[in-house]
Amino acid sequence: MSWRRAAAGAAALAVALAALAQESSIDLAAGVGKDKVVAYCSSCHSLDYIQMNSPFPDRKLWEAEVNKMIKVFGAPIPPGEIGAMVDYLTKHYGR
Amino acid sequence: MTSRRAFLKAGFATLGGSVHTRSAWSAELLPGELPAGARASAQLYALPGKLPLIKKTFHPPNFETPTHYFDQLYTRNDAFFVRYHLSNIPQQSAASWRLQVAGEGIDKPYALSLDELKTQFEAVEFPALCLCSGNRRGLFQPHVPGVEWGPGAMGNARWKGARLREVLARAGVGKLALEVAFDGADSAPLAATPDFMKSLPIWKAMDENTLIAYEMNGAALPHWNGFPARIVVPGWTATYWIKHLNAINVLATPFENFWTKTAYRIPKNKFPLVERFASQESEANTPITEMVVNSLITNIEPGAQFKLGQMIEVRGIAWDGGYGVNVVETSADGGATWRAAQLEADAGRFSWRQWRAEVRAERIGAITLMARASNRIGATQTLELMHNPAGYHHNVVQRLTVSVI
Repeated sequence: MSWRRAAAGAAALAVALAALAQESSIDLAAGVGKDKVVAYCSSCHSLDYIQMNSPFPDRKLWEAEVNKMIKVFGAPIPPGEIGAMVDYLTKHYGR
Repeated sequence: MTSRRAFLKAGFATLGGSVHTRSAWSAELLPGELPAGARASAQLYALPGKLPLIKKTFHPPNFETPTHYFDQLYTRNDAFFVRYHLSNIPQQSAASWRLQVAGEGIDKPYALSLDELKTQFEAVEFPALCLCSGNRRGLFQPHVPGVEWGPGAMGNARWKGARLREVLARAGVGKLALEVAFDGADSAPLAATPDFMKSLPIWKAMDENTLIAYEMNGAALPHWNGFPARIVVPGWTATYWIKHLNAINVLATPFENFWTKTAYRIPKNKFPLVERFASQESEANTPITEMVVNSLITNIEPGAQFKLGQMIEVRGIAWDGGYGVNVVETSADGGATWRAAQLEADAGRFSWRQWRAEVRAERIGAITLMARASNRIGATQTLELMHNPAGYHHNVVQRLTVSVI
Protein backbone atom coordinates (compact mmCIF):
# COMPACT_ATOMS: atom_id res chain seq x y z
CA MET A 1 0.00 0.00 0.00
CA SER A 2 1.19 3.48 -0.70
CA TRP A 3 -0.43 5.26 2.23
CA ARG A 4 2.58 4.90 4.46
CA ARG A 5 6.05 6.16 5.23
CA ALA A 6 4.82 9.74 5.11
CA ALA A 7 6.97 10.70 8.06
CA ALA A 8 10.12 8.66 7.54
CA GLY A 9 12.44 11.62 7.38
CA ALA A 10 15.76 12.63 8.84
CA ALA A 11 14.42 12.66 12.38
CA ALA A 12 13.62 9.00 12.03
CA LEU A 13 16.83 7.66 13.43
CA ALA A 14 17.36 10.00 16.35
CA VAL A 15 15.26 8.07 18.83
CA ALA A 16 15.52 4.69 17.20
CA LEU A 17 19.26 4.70 17.62
CA ALA A 18 19.32 5.98 21.17
CA ALA A 19 20.21 2.55 22.45
CA LEU A 20 22.97 1.87 19.99
CA ALA A 21 25.84 2.78 22.27
CA GLN A 22 24.82 0.02 24.65
CA GLU A 23 23.94 -2.31 21.85
CA SER A 24 27.45 -2.17 20.39
CA SER A 25 28.63 -4.12 23.43
CA ILE A 26 26.85 -7.22 22.09
CA ASP A 27 29.53 -9.54 20.83
CA LEU A 28 28.67 -12.84 19.25
CA ALA A 29 30.87 -15.89 19.65
CA ALA A 30 34.00 -15.97 17.52
CA GLY A 31 33.89 -18.42 14.66
CA VAL A 32 33.73 -19.00 10.94
CA GLY A 33 30.76 -17.15 9.46
CA LYS A 34 30.45 -14.60 12.25
CA ASP A 35 31.34 -11.74 9.89
CA LYS A 36 28.49 -12.62 7.55
CA VAL A 37 25.98 -13.00 10.38
CA VAL A 38 26.96 -9.68 11.91
CA ALA A 39 26.87 -7.87 8.58
CA TYR A 40 23.56 -9.18 7.29
CA CYS A 41 21.56 -9.51 10.50
CA SER A 42 22.52 -6.27 12.20
CA SER A 43 21.40 -4.10 9.31
CA CYS A 44 17.82 -4.57 10.55
CA HIS A 45 18.00 -5.76 14.16
CA SER A 46 20.34 -6.01 17.09
CA LEU A 47 22.27 -9.23 17.55
CA ASP A 48 20.63 -10.02 20.88
CA TYR A 49 17.79 -11.52 18.81
CA ILE A 50 20.22 -14.36 18.09
CA GLN A 51 21.39 -14.74 21.68
CA MET A 52 17.85 -14.61 23.03
CA ASN A 53 16.74 -17.43 20.70
CA SER A 54 19.44 -19.84 21.76
CA PRO A 55 20.40 -22.58 22.15
CA PHE A 56 17.15 -24.36 21.33
CA PRO A 57 17.02 -24.04 17.50
CA ASP A 58 18.38 -26.96 15.53
CA ARG A 59 19.89 -26.50 12.09
CA LYS A 60 16.53 -26.79 10.40
CA LEU A 61 15.05 -24.02 12.52
CA TRP A 62 18.00 -21.65 12.02
CA GLU A 63 17.77 -22.31 8.29
CA ALA A 64 14.05 -21.50 8.39
CA GLU A 65 14.76 -18.28 10.29
CA VAL A 66 17.39 -17.10 7.79
CA ASN A 67 15.09 -17.93 4.90
CA LYS A 68 12.21 -16.08 6.59
CA MET A 69 14.40 -12.99 6.84
CA ILE A 70 15.09 -13.22 3.10
CA LYS A 71 11.69 -14.21 1.78
CA VAL A 72 9.36 -12.39 4.16
CA PHE A 73 11.41 -9.42 5.34
CA GLY A 74 13.47 -8.82 2.24
CA ALA A 75 16.97 -9.24 3.69
CA PRO A 76 19.45 -8.95 0.79
CA ILE A 77 21.41 -12.09 1.65
CA PRO A 78 22.96 -13.77 -1.42
CA PRO A 79 21.95 -17.44 -1.70
CA GLY A 80 25.61 -18.45 -1.58
CA GLU A 81 26.00 -17.00 1.95
CA ILE A 82 23.09 -18.79 3.57
CA GLY A 83 24.94 -22.03 4.25
CA ALA A 84 27.81 -20.35 6.09
CA MET A 85 25.41 -18.31 8.20
CA VAL A 86 23.32 -21.35 9.13
CA ASP A 87 26.48 -23.28 9.98
CA TYR A 88 27.62 -20.52 12.31
CA LEU A 89 24.23 -20.06 13.98
CA THR A 90 23.78 -23.80 14.51
CA LYS A 91 27.27 -24.31 15.91
CA HIS A 92 27.27 -21.37 18.33
CA TYR A 93 23.56 -20.68 18.99
CA GLY A 94 21.86 -23.96 18.25
CA ARG A 95 21.84 -27.61 19.08
CA MET B 1 -6.42 -6.68 58.08
CA THR B 2 -8.03 -3.26 58.23
CA SER B 3 -4.77 -1.44 57.83
CA ARG B 4 -3.82 -3.57 54.88
CA ARG B 5 -7.13 -2.86 53.21
CA ALA B 6 -6.66 0.83 53.86
CA PHE B 7 -3.20 0.64 52.39
CA LEU B 8 -4.50 -1.03 49.25
CA LYS B 9 -7.19 1.59 48.89
CA ALA B 10 -4.56 4.29 49.21
CA GLY B 11 -2.66 2.52 46.47
CA PHE B 12 -5.68 2.77 44.22
CA ALA B 13 -6.06 6.44 44.98
CA THR B 14 -2.49 7.27 44.02
CA LEU B 15 -2.85 5.31 40.79
CA GLY B 16 0.51 3.69 40.76
CA GLY B 17 2.45 6.62 42.07
CA SER B 18 4.36 4.69 44.69
CA VAL B 19 7.91 3.75 43.89
CA HIS B 20 9.12 0.31 44.71
CA THR B 21 12.52 0.21 46.27
CA ARG B 22 14.11 -3.08 45.48
CA SER B 23 17.46 -4.59 46.03
CA ALA B 24 19.36 -5.15 42.81
CA TRP B 25 17.53 -6.93 40.06
CA SER B 26 19.27 -10.04 38.93
CA ALA B 27 18.82 -12.58 36.19
CA GLU B 28 17.95 -15.05 38.96
CA LEU B 29 14.51 -13.45 39.05
CA LEU B 30 13.85 -14.39 35.41
CA PRO B 31 11.70 -17.48 34.86
CA GLY B 32 13.83 -20.60 34.77
CA GLU B 33 11.87 -21.88 31.78
CA LEU B 34 13.31 -19.19 29.47
CA PRO B 35 15.86 -20.25 26.87
CA ALA B 36 19.35 -20.08 28.41
CA GLY B 37 20.33 -17.44 25.87
CA ALA B 38 17.36 -15.27 26.80
CA ARG B 39 18.39 -15.38 30.44
CA ALA B 40 22.03 -14.64 29.64
CA SER B 41 21.31 -11.70 27.30
CA ALA B 42 18.73 -9.99 29.52
CA GLN B 43 19.72 -6.94 31.51
CA LEU B 44 18.07 -3.96 33.12
CA TYR B 45 18.32 -0.97 30.82
CA ALA B 46 16.56 2.40 30.76
CA LEU B 47 15.41 3.76 27.41
CA PRO B 48 15.14 7.57 27.38
CA GLY B 49 12.16 8.51 29.55
CA LYS B 50 11.78 5.00 30.96
CA LEU B 51 12.79 3.34 34.19
CA PRO B 52 15.20 0.42 33.89
CA LEU B 53 13.22 -2.42 32.31
CA ILE B 54 14.21 -5.94 31.30
CA LYS B 55 15.95 -5.69 27.95
CA LYS B 56 15.03 -8.40 25.51
CA THR B 57 16.39 -6.66 22.39
CA PHE B 58 17.84 -3.19 21.81
CA HIS B 59 16.53 -2.62 18.31
CA PRO B 60 13.82 -2.87 17.50
CA PRO B 61 13.39 -2.09 21.21
CA ASN B 62 11.68 -4.82 23.21
CA PHE B 63 11.64 -4.33 26.97
CA GLU B 64 9.51 -6.03 29.57
CA THR B 65 8.27 -4.79 32.91
CA PRO B 66 9.68 -6.39 36.09
CA THR B 67 6.92 -8.20 37.97
CA HIS B 68 6.99 -6.02 41.09
CA TYR B 69 5.51 -3.10 39.10
CA PHE B 70 2.37 -5.20 38.63
CA ASP B 71 1.68 -5.21 42.38
CA GLN B 72 -0.68 -2.25 41.89
CA LEU B 73 -3.78 -1.54 39.88
CA TYR B 74 -2.23 0.65 37.21
CA THR B 75 1.17 0.26 35.63
CA ARG B 76 3.36 3.37 35.68
CA ASN B 77 3.88 4.91 32.26
CA ASP B 78 7.64 4.94 32.74
CA ALA B 79 7.61 1.23 33.62
CA PHE B 80 5.20 0.22 30.85
CA PHE B 81 6.57 -2.44 28.48
CA VAL B 82 7.95 -1.55 25.06
CA ARG B 83 7.40 -3.66 21.97
CA TYR B 84 8.31 -2.87 18.34
CA HIS B 85 8.65 -4.97 15.21
CA LEU B 86 10.52 -2.41 13.13
CA SER B 87 13.40 -0.24 14.22
CA ASN B 88 12.85 3.17 12.59
CA ILE B 89 10.76 4.94 15.20
CA PRO B 90 10.53 8.64 14.41
CA GLN B 91 9.81 11.08 17.20
CA GLN B 92 6.38 12.54 16.49
CA SER B 93 5.61 16.23 16.85
CA ALA B 94 2.30 17.06 18.53
CA ALA B 95 2.05 20.22 16.42
CA SER B 96 2.65 18.68 13.02
CA TRP B 97 1.12 15.23 13.57
CA ARG B 98 -1.81 14.43 11.29
CA LEU B 99 -4.16 11.47 11.19
CA GLN B 100 -5.37 10.61 7.69
CA VAL B 101 -8.75 8.91 7.35
CA ALA B 102 -9.30 7.39 3.92
CA GLY B 103 -10.26 4.27 1.99
CA GLU B 104 -12.89 2.91 -0.37
CA GLY B 105 -15.21 2.13 2.55
CA ILE B 106 -15.85 5.80 3.37
CA ASP B 107 -17.41 8.74 1.56
CA LYS B 108 -15.21 11.70 2.57
CA PRO B 109 -11.48 11.32 3.31
CA TYR B 110 -10.16 13.87 5.77
CA ALA B 111 -7.30 14.58 8.17
CA LEU B 112 -7.17 15.50 11.85
CA SER B 113 -4.61 17.35 13.93
CA LEU B 114 -3.97 16.23 17.50
CA ASP B 115 -5.76 19.29 18.79
CA GLU B 116 -8.79 18.51 16.64
CA LEU B 117 -8.80 14.89 17.80
CA LYS B 118 -8.82 16.06 21.41
CA THR B 119 -11.40 18.83 21.08
CA GLN B 120 -13.83 17.79 18.34
CA PHE B 121 -14.75 14.38 19.71
CA GLU B 122 -16.02 13.34 23.10
CA ALA B 123 -13.14 12.29 25.36
CA VAL B 124 -13.75 8.97 27.06
CA GLU B 125 -11.52 7.27 29.62
CA PHE B 126 -11.42 3.80 31.15
CA PRO B 127 -8.88 1.22 32.27
CA ALA B 128 -7.77 -1.58 29.98
CA LEU B 129 -5.04 -4.16 29.97
CA CYS B 130 -2.56 -3.93 27.10
CA LEU B 131 -1.04 -7.39 26.67
CA CYS B 132 1.34 -8.61 24.00
CA SER B 133 0.05 -11.68 22.15
CA GLY B 134 3.39 -13.36 22.81
CA ASN B 135 3.58 -12.59 26.51
CA ARG B 136 5.28 -15.60 28.20
CA ARG B 137 6.36 -17.01 24.82
CA GLY B 138 9.73 -17.72 26.45
CA LEU B 139 8.02 -20.24 28.75
CA PHE B 140 6.87 -22.43 25.87
CA GLN B 141 8.09 -26.02 25.83
CA PRO B 142 9.21 -26.86 23.26
CA HIS B 143 10.50 -23.33 22.67
CA VAL B 144 9.32 -21.38 19.65
CA PRO B 145 11.35 -18.60 17.99
CA GLY B 146 10.48 -14.96 18.54
CA VAL B 147 10.89 -12.43 21.32
CA GLU B 148 11.35 -14.72 24.32
CA TRP B 149 9.08 -12.85 26.69
CA GLY B 150 8.69 -13.64 30.34
CA PRO B 151 5.50 -12.47 32.08
CA GLY B 152 6.08 -8.73 31.73
CA ALA B 153 4.94 -7.81 28.21
CA MET B 154 1.78 -6.24 29.57
CA GLY B 155 0.47 -3.29 31.54
CA ASN B 156 -2.81 -1.96 32.88
CA ALA B 157 -3.58 1.71 32.30
CA ARG B 158 -6.39 4.22 32.10
CA TRP B 159 -6.68 5.18 28.44
CA LYS B 160 -8.25 8.44 27.34
CA GLY B 161 -9.17 9.27 23.79
CA ALA B 162 -11.81 9.60 21.11
CA ARG B 163 -14.02 6.73 20.03
CA LEU B 164 -12.78 5.37 16.73
CA ARG B 165 -16.34 5.03 15.50
CA GLU B 166 -16.94 8.76 15.84
CA VAL B 167 -13.81 9.55 13.86
CA LEU B 168 -14.95 7.09 11.21
CA ALA B 169 -18.52 8.41 11.21
CA ARG B 170 -17.30 11.86 10.24
CA ALA B 171 -15.85 10.28 7.09
CA GLY B 172 -19.15 8.56 6.34
CA VAL B 173 -18.77 4.79 6.62
CA GLY B 174 -20.42 3.13 3.65
CA LYS B 175 -21.90 -0.31 3.10
CA LEU B 176 -18.70 -1.53 1.47
CA ALA B 177 -16.69 -1.25 4.69
CA LEU B 178 -15.34 -4.67 5.72
CA GLU B 179 -12.15 -3.98 7.68
CA VAL B 180 -10.42 -0.91 9.07
CA ALA B 181 -6.64 -0.86 8.65
CA PHE B 182 -4.19 1.15 10.74
CA ASP B 183 -0.67 2.36 10.10
CA GLY B 184 1.78 3.95 12.49
CA ALA B 185 4.85 6.08 11.89
CA ASP B 186 7.35 3.30 12.63
CA SER B 187 8.96 1.59 9.65
CA ALA B 188 11.68 -0.86 8.71
CA PRO B 189 15.23 -0.03 7.61
CA LEU B 190 14.64 -1.97 4.39
CA ALA B 191 11.96 -0.86 1.95
CA ALA B 192 11.35 -4.53 1.15
CA THR B 193 10.22 -5.35 4.70
CA PRO B 194 6.44 -5.35 5.16
CA ASP B 195 5.37 -2.31 7.14
CA PHE B 196 3.73 -3.10 10.46
CA MET B 197 0.03 -2.55 9.93
CA LYS B 198 -3.08 -4.22 11.32
CA SER B 199 -6.74 -4.25 10.49
CA LEU B 200 -9.85 -4.83 12.57
CA PRO B 201 -13.20 -6.16 11.42
CA ILE B 202 -15.57 -3.23 10.88
CA TRP B 203 -17.82 -4.34 13.77
CA LYS B 204 -14.91 -4.17 16.21
CA ALA B 205 -13.73 -0.83 14.84
CA MET B 206 -17.26 0.49 15.44
CA ASP B 207 -17.39 -0.89 19.01
CA GLU B 208 -17.97 1.89 21.52
CA ASN B 209 -14.89 0.81 23.47
CA THR B 210 -12.39 0.98 20.62
CA LEU B 211 -10.45 4.21 21.03
CA ILE B 212 -7.87 6.45 19.44
CA ALA B 213 -6.09 7.15 22.73
CA TYR B 214 -3.86 10.15 23.39
CA GLU B 215 -3.43 9.77 27.15
CA MET B 216 -2.55 6.96 29.51
CA ASN B 217 -2.86 7.30 33.26
CA GLY B 218 -3.58 11.00 32.93
CA ALA B 219 -0.51 11.91 30.90
CA ALA B 220 0.44 12.04 27.23
CA LEU B 221 1.49 8.69 25.82
CA PRO B 222 5.22 8.10 26.28
CA HIS B 223 7.14 8.06 23.00
CA TRP B 224 7.81 4.33 23.45
CA ASN B 225 4.11 3.62 23.92
CA GLY B 226 2.89 5.41 20.82
CA PHE B 227 2.97 9.19 21.18
CA PRO B 228 0.91 11.07 20.25
CA ALA B 229 -1.94 8.58 19.63
CA ARG B 230 -2.54 4.87 19.41
CA ILE B 231 -5.40 2.50 18.83
CA VAL B 232 -6.81 0.86 21.97
CA VAL B 233 -8.82 -2.32 21.47
CA PRO B 234 -9.92 -3.37 24.95
CA GLY B 235 -10.03 -7.12 25.43
CA TRP B 236 -7.97 -7.86 22.33
CA THR B 237 -4.22 -8.46 22.39
CA ALA B 238 -1.88 -5.53 21.86
CA THR B 239 -0.96 -6.38 18.28
CA TYR B 240 -4.00 -4.34 17.23
CA TRP B 241 -3.09 -1.35 19.42
CA ILE B 242 -1.15 0.44 16.65
CA LYS B 243 1.24 3.05 18.05
CA HIS B 244 2.12 6.45 16.53
CA LEU B 245 -1.09 6.10 14.54
CA ASN B 246 -1.03 8.25 11.43
CA ALA B 247 -3.35 6.60 8.93
CA ILE B 248 -6.70 4.83 8.99
CA ASN B 249 -7.90 3.11 5.85
CA VAL B 250 -11.43 1.68 5.61
CA LEU B 251 -11.25 -1.34 3.34
CA ALA B 252 -13.84 -3.16 1.24
CA THR B 253 -11.71 -6.30 0.93
CA PRO B 254 -9.61 -8.32 3.41
CA PHE B 255 -6.33 -6.61 4.26
CA GLU B 256 -3.35 -8.23 2.55
CA ASN B 257 -0.55 -6.91 4.80
CA PHE B 258 1.78 -9.63 6.12
CA TRP B 259 1.29 -8.76 9.78
CA THR B 260 -2.46 -9.17 9.43
CA LYS B 261 -2.83 -11.84 6.76
CA THR B 262 0.00 -14.17 7.80
CA ALA B 263 1.35 -13.24 11.22
CA TYR B 264 -0.45 -13.18 14.57
CA ARG B 265 -2.37 -16.35 13.78
CA ILE B 266 -3.57 -19.15 16.03
CA PRO B 267 -4.87 -22.59 15.07
CA LYS B 268 -8.61 -22.65 14.52
CA ASN B 269 -10.81 -24.11 17.26
CA LYS B 270 -7.97 -24.56 19.74
CA PHE B 271 -8.73 -21.74 22.13
CA PRO B 272 -12.07 -20.93 23.73
CA LEU B 273 -12.57 -17.59 22.01
CA VAL B 274 -15.85 -15.83 21.39
CA GLU B 275 -14.92 -12.84 19.24
CA ARG B 276 -13.72 -13.79 15.76
CA PHE B 277 -12.23 -11.94 12.83
CA ALA B 278 -14.14 -13.84 10.15
CA SER B 279 -12.93 -12.02 7.04
CA GLN B 280 -9.32 -12.95 7.87
CA GLU B 281 -9.89 -16.60 8.72
CA SER B 282 -8.30 -19.28 6.56
CA GLU B 283 -8.76 -23.04 6.52
CA ALA B 284 -5.85 -23.56 8.87
CA ASN B 285 -5.84 -20.61 11.20
CA THR B 286 -7.49 -17.48 12.46
CA PRO B 287 -6.22 -14.11 13.70
CA ILE B 288 -5.55 -13.91 17.41
CA THR B 289 -8.29 -11.75 18.92
CA GLU B 290 -9.32 -11.56 22.56
CA MET B 291 -7.10 -12.38 25.53
CA VAL B 292 -7.51 -15.68 27.35
CA VAL B 293 -8.14 -15.82 31.10
CA ASN B 294 -4.92 -15.58 33.08
CA SER B 295 -3.32 -14.48 36.36
CA LEU B 296 0.01 -13.61 37.94
CA ILE B 297 1.36 -13.47 41.49
CA THR B 298 2.82 -10.00 41.92
CA ASN B 299 4.28 -9.64 45.41
CA ILE B 300 6.54 -12.66 45.75
CA GLU B 301 9.72 -13.35 43.81
CA PRO B 302 10.91 -16.87 42.99
CA GLY B 303 13.03 -18.28 45.80
CA ALA B 304 11.63 -15.96 48.47
CA GLN B 305 12.07 -17.25 52.02
CA PHE B 306 9.43 -17.45 54.74
CA LYS B 307 9.56 -18.59 58.36
CA LEU B 308 7.81 -21.74 59.54
CA GLY B 309 4.33 -20.95 60.81
CA GLN B 310 4.24 -17.55 59.15
CA MET B 311 1.20 -16.36 57.24
CA ILE B 312 2.26 -15.65 53.68
CA GLU B 313 0.28 -12.94 51.96
CA VAL B 314 -0.07 -13.70 48.27
CA ARG B 315 -1.20 -10.86 46.04
CA GLY B 316 -1.78 -10.90 42.35
CA ILE B 317 -3.74 -9.87 39.32
CA ALA B 318 -6.14 -11.71 37.01
CA TRP B 319 -7.67 -10.81 33.66
CA ASP B 320 -9.46 -12.03 30.56
CA GLY B 321 -10.79 -10.68 27.29
CA GLY B 322 -13.44 -8.51 28.91
CA TYR B 323 -16.01 -10.95 30.29
CA GLY B 324 -14.81 -10.42 33.84
CA VAL B 325 -12.77 -12.56 36.20
CA ASN B 326 -15.06 -13.88 38.91
CA VAL B 327 -12.96 -16.54 40.64
CA VAL B 328 -9.29 -16.76 41.61
CA GLU B 329 -8.10 -19.79 43.54
CA THR B 330 -4.70 -20.29 45.10
CA SER B 331 -2.81 -23.38 46.11
CA ALA B 332 0.21 -23.69 48.39
CA ASP B 333 0.71 -27.41 47.90
CA GLY B 334 1.45 -27.68 44.21
CA GLY B 335 -2.18 -27.88 43.18
CA ALA B 336 -3.43 -30.64 45.52
CA THR B 337 -5.83 -28.28 47.27
CA TRP B 338 -7.23 -24.91 46.25
CA ARG B 339 -8.81 -22.05 48.18
CA ALA B 340 -10.68 -19.03 46.87
CA ALA B 341 -8.75 -15.77 46.96
CA GLN B 342 -10.35 -12.48 47.85
CA LEU B 343 -11.05 -10.30 44.82
CA GLU B 344 -10.36 -6.60 45.15
CA ALA B 345 -12.57 -3.87 43.69
CA ASP B 346 -13.62 -4.28 40.07
CA ALA B 347 -12.09 -1.39 38.08
CA GLY B 348 -13.90 -2.33 34.88
CA ARG B 349 -14.21 -5.38 32.70
CA PHE B 350 -11.16 -4.56 30.56
CA SER B 351 -8.89 -3.92 33.54
CA TRP B 352 -7.03 -6.63 35.34
CA ARG B 353 -8.42 -7.37 38.78
CA GLN B 354 -6.31 -7.51 41.90
CA TRP B 355 -6.72 -10.32 44.42
CA ARG B 356 -5.13 -11.50 47.62
CA ALA B 357 -4.94 -14.62 49.72
CA GLU B 358 -3.14 -15.83 52.81
CA VAL B 359 -1.51 -19.19 53.23
CA ARG B 360 0.35 -20.55 56.24
CA ALA B 361 3.92 -21.78 55.87
CA GLU B 362 3.19 -25.17 57.41
CA ARG B 363 6.31 -27.18 56.77
CA ILE B 364 9.99 -26.58 56.20
CA GLY B 365 11.27 -26.86 52.65
CA ALA B 366 10.21 -25.80 49.18
CA ILE B 367 6.55 -25.04 48.60
CA THR B 368 4.88 -24.23 45.31
CA LEU B 369 2.40 -21.37 45.18
CA MET B 370 -0.13 -21.39 42.37
CA ALA B 371 -2.97 -19.15 41.24
CA ARG B 372 -5.78 -20.01 38.85
CA ALA B 373 -8.34 -17.56 37.48
CA SER B 374 -11.72 -18.23 35.91
CA ASN B 375 -14.14 -15.84 34.26
CA ARG B 376 -17.87 -15.25 34.00
CA ILE B 377 -18.24 -17.30 30.84
CA GLY B 378 -16.72 -20.37 32.48
CA ALA B 379 -13.21 -20.25 31.00
CA THR B 380 -10.30 -21.09 33.26
CA GLN B 381 -6.53 -21.26 33.03
CA THR B 382 -4.94 -24.44 31.77
CA LEU B 383 -2.52 -26.75 33.55
CA GLU B 384 -1.11 -28.00 30.25
CA LEU B 385 0.26 -25.61 27.64
CA MET B 386 -1.90 -25.10 24.54
CA HIS B 387 1.09 -25.19 22.24
CA ASN B 388 0.87 -23.24 18.99
CA PRO B 389 3.54 -22.35 16.41
CA ALA B 390 3.85 -18.65 17.16
CA GLY B 391 3.79 -18.91 20.95
CA TYR B 392 0.57 -17.07 21.81
CA HIS B 393 -1.98 -17.28 24.62
CA HIS B 394 0.25 -18.81 27.29
CA ASN B 395 -2.09 -19.08 30.26
CA VAL B 396 -0.67 -22.08 32.06
CA VAL B 397 -1.19 -21.83 35.82
CA GLN B 398 1.91 -20.25 37.34
CA ARG B 399 4.04 -22.36 39.69
CA LEU B 400 6.08 -20.16 42.02
CA THR B 401 8.49 -22.00 44.29
CA VAL B 402 9.49 -20.40 47.57
CA SER B 403 11.15 -21.84 50.65
CA VAL B 404 10.09 -22.13 54.26
CA ILE B 405 12.92 -22.11 56.80
